[in-house]
Amino acid sequence: MSERASIPKRDPEEVPERENGIEEVTTGSQSVIAALEQAGVEHAFGVQGGAIMPVYDALYDSSINHITMAHEQGAAHAADAYGIVTGEPGLAMATSGPGATNLVTGIADAAMDSDPLIALTGQVATDFVGNDAFQETDTTGITMPITKQNYFADHSDTVGDDVSEAFALAEKGRQGPTLVDLPKDITKGETDQWPNPPKTPETHDEPVEADESAVEAAVTALEDAERPLILSGGGVVKSEASEELRSFAHEQEIPVITTMPGLGTFPETDDLSLGMAGMHGTGAANMAVTNCDVLLGVGTRFDDRLTGGVDTFAPDADIIHVEIDPAEISKNIEADYPLVGDAKRVLEQIDDAMTDAPEADQWREQCQIWTEEYPLTYETPDDEPLKPQYVVETFDELADDDAIVTTGVGQHQMWAAQFWTYEYPRTWVSSNGLGTMGYGVPSAIGAKIGAPDTEVVAFDGDGSFLMTIQELSVAVRENLDITYVVLNNEAIGMVRQWQDGFYEGRRMASEYPWVPEFDKLAEAFGARGFRLEEPEDVEETIQAAREYDGPAVIDAIIDPAENVFPMVPSGGDNGLFALNEQHLEMI
Amino acid sequence: MPGPAPDQRMRPEGRRNTQGIRIDPEAEATHEPRMAVLSALVKHEPGVLSEVSSLFSRRQFNIESLTVGPTQDGDTARMTIVIEEPEPGVQQAKKQLRKLIPVIDVEELESAAMRRELALIKVAGDRPGDVQAVAEMYGGDAVDASKDAVTVEITGSKQKIDAAIEAFEQFDVLEIVRTGAAALERGSKTMDSTTMESDN
Ligand SMILES: Cc1ncc(C[n+]2csc(CCOP(=O)(O)OP(=O)(O)O)c2C)c(N)n1
Repeated sequence: MSERASIPKRDPEEVPERENGIEEVTTGSQSVIAALEQAGVEHAFGVQGGAIMPVYDALYDSSINHITMAHEQGAAHAADAYGIVTGEPGLAMATSGPGATNLVTGIADAAMDSDPLIALTGQVATDFVGNDAFQETDTTGITMPITKQNYFADHSDTVGDDVSEAFALAEKGRQGPTLVDLPKDITKGETDQWPNPPKTPETHDEPVEADESAVEAAVTALEDAERPLILSGGGVVKSEASEELRSFAHEQEIPVITTMPGLGTFPETDDLSLGMAGMHGTGAANMAVTNCDVLLGVGTRFDDRLTGGVDTFAPDADIIHVEIDPAEISKNIEADYPLVGDAKRVLEQIDDAMTDAPEADQWREQCQIWTEEYPLTYETPDDEPLKPQYVVETFDELADDDAIVTTGVGQHQMWAAQFWTYEYPRTWVSSNGLGTMGYGVPSAIGAKIGAPDTEVVAFDGDGSFLMTIQELSVAVRENLDITYVVLNNEAIGMVRQWQDGFYEGRRMASEYPWVPEFDKLAEAFGARGFRLEEPEDVEETIQAAREYDGPAVIDAIIDPAENVFPMVPSGGDNGLFALNEQHLEMI
Repeated sequence: MPGPAPDQRMRPEGRRNTQGIRIDPEAEATHEPRMAVLSALVKHEPGVLSEVSSLFSRRQFNIESLTVGPTQDGDTARMTIVIEEPEPGVQQAKKQLRKLIPVIDVEELESAAMRRELALIKVAGDRPGDVQAVAEMYGGDAVDASKDAVTVEITGSKQKIDAAIEAFEQFDVLEIVRTGAAALERGSKTMDSTTMESDN
């Protein structure tokens, strides 16, 4: 466990003071950077290349701190995570062609989770566009379905405004990724045009307040409810509505469940919290959502991982749907009371309109019974071999209360969602909607850059870790204090779990008996590596990794037989969740 | 003590259909598709048509036809999109369309709206007189005639054009091209580019 000599720790005193930003605009590139500075961008994640080089050249004089990533996918995920933890759009930069296509996964990921992200891509000079020139791709064409809006910059005088507008669109209304494609002649071209401040176009609707009469009607339904329930989604994070949600739930004494992106919007330590609902949600949350009579869904798009089969989702409930994006209303689940507006403001409106709290003593008692009947547990025969849930639980006990958790995608992601107790918004950073393996390593980097004083813990699977492991080099170079925990089951475990459950155990291409030793690999990158096999070493190893000032990787060799429960099979009935393999056969 | 197994648990009575709409547990399940004519006022700029058409294809809306052309004001274009969808799909299509940044306004036209489409029908030229006679029955015109072929232009509702094409089948039809519908509301009502109505 030696530190690598070739990578000296950076002494903050030695880093030269940066100049304070662009002073003069003479080229399109300078206008681009001026637009970013004007919008308040502090960090950029990217990879250099021919077509984007003029923009990078202008960045040389900028106050913006650029973090060179190992792969553009890493840049996009890091920027995405930065956007989640700060609420400000993260910035990802790439060159044309392969640089741009490497960004695509990260942009799609941000789109699915409505994360604010700006992608700047280089493009071949306009004379060459359409000629299949070297490193040309139709980037705006490719990213059209996965961006909120994209721009092909066609003039040096207006390129700065394109960037300003992209910035405004990424963060206003329903957040999401935007992209500006920057042909080399446009960025090199002369201009003295300072960009205008960020502003969304007139055709972009940003609803704030819900219609008053609609609020009245919804409130009446809620007041009359016998089995009321609040479902808190990712929109509550985005609109900073967590405080309003908490006080409203307490005042009206309504139990709360969350979606996966909504983790942290309501403290899981609260008596009214029933935890996360959906495919791997808690028994209590899924019983409650199935049996409620009024469901107040806030900032959620009723994703199928949450609803299971729509025919059995909250089948007795009147749905009150608070959503900033009108197109989400009745897309998957019909809303009886649509309330279009910003979650924070609409919750205030609802709160103001409520006169009587619903009478739901019996219902709350019932929810309490479910919580006791269906706790999140795992079997621990002597704790051998090492249980992943135990690792997550122990880490949670040792970590700071406001620590940020990032994840890859798979079983480990679900254990991190289930066995860590979330109390604050912006502490859960995960690929919820797209489910992108490889999200873990770079997202932890983006999270740490966005929240340098907060503890960052990344849970990863061996499969997911291998997909973006190269970004460890960035964590080392930037000396980021991140603790990576690889829950290593030598398999792409979630796939194997499904094969065992639904494909008669035919484990086609899901076992990885050839994974490298991640602790050693970490050392090769210049990080600190730990190997964890024995349950009695868990606490000590985690503490050692936490205390190490820089990126540390714990290769936790876990019980390969462990599976994620409870589970609602895909398209199934949330109320019929399985607690174990035998239940799966019953439903 | 773990709680009851799946088949022993508390269960509600209700049910939704596959479109997420709560229904009478005993009653019929899904909405039937209907034809809807959407009219969209959009910025007249490159890429808009592909944005709209790719939106419709990736969201699996059933397009019957899509036409586009500039309006009286050079900066905007008007699209007429005919779709066939069950009710939630029609609403969803409108809302998704409204979300696109270059889209200024979207309306569903009433069924009484003026709908016109144009067809050019090329038939074999050996009975030009008969061809002209049939064309006249449908208010059409022969717009090109050569020794071997006659091309007829017909404008009108979809039904009228369908009927005309059927009538031309008595000749040897060589080629047909149709534009898809362009539509406008009857009376003085117009689509205003300054108001963005948004219904839920
Ligand atoms: C990029 C990508 N490829 C494939 C998948 C399909 N997939 C979902 S979970 C999973 C297994 C993940 O394995 P690992 O990262 O080792 O985590 P584990 O489930 O073992 O905890 C796979 C292959 C995916 N989500 N993302």
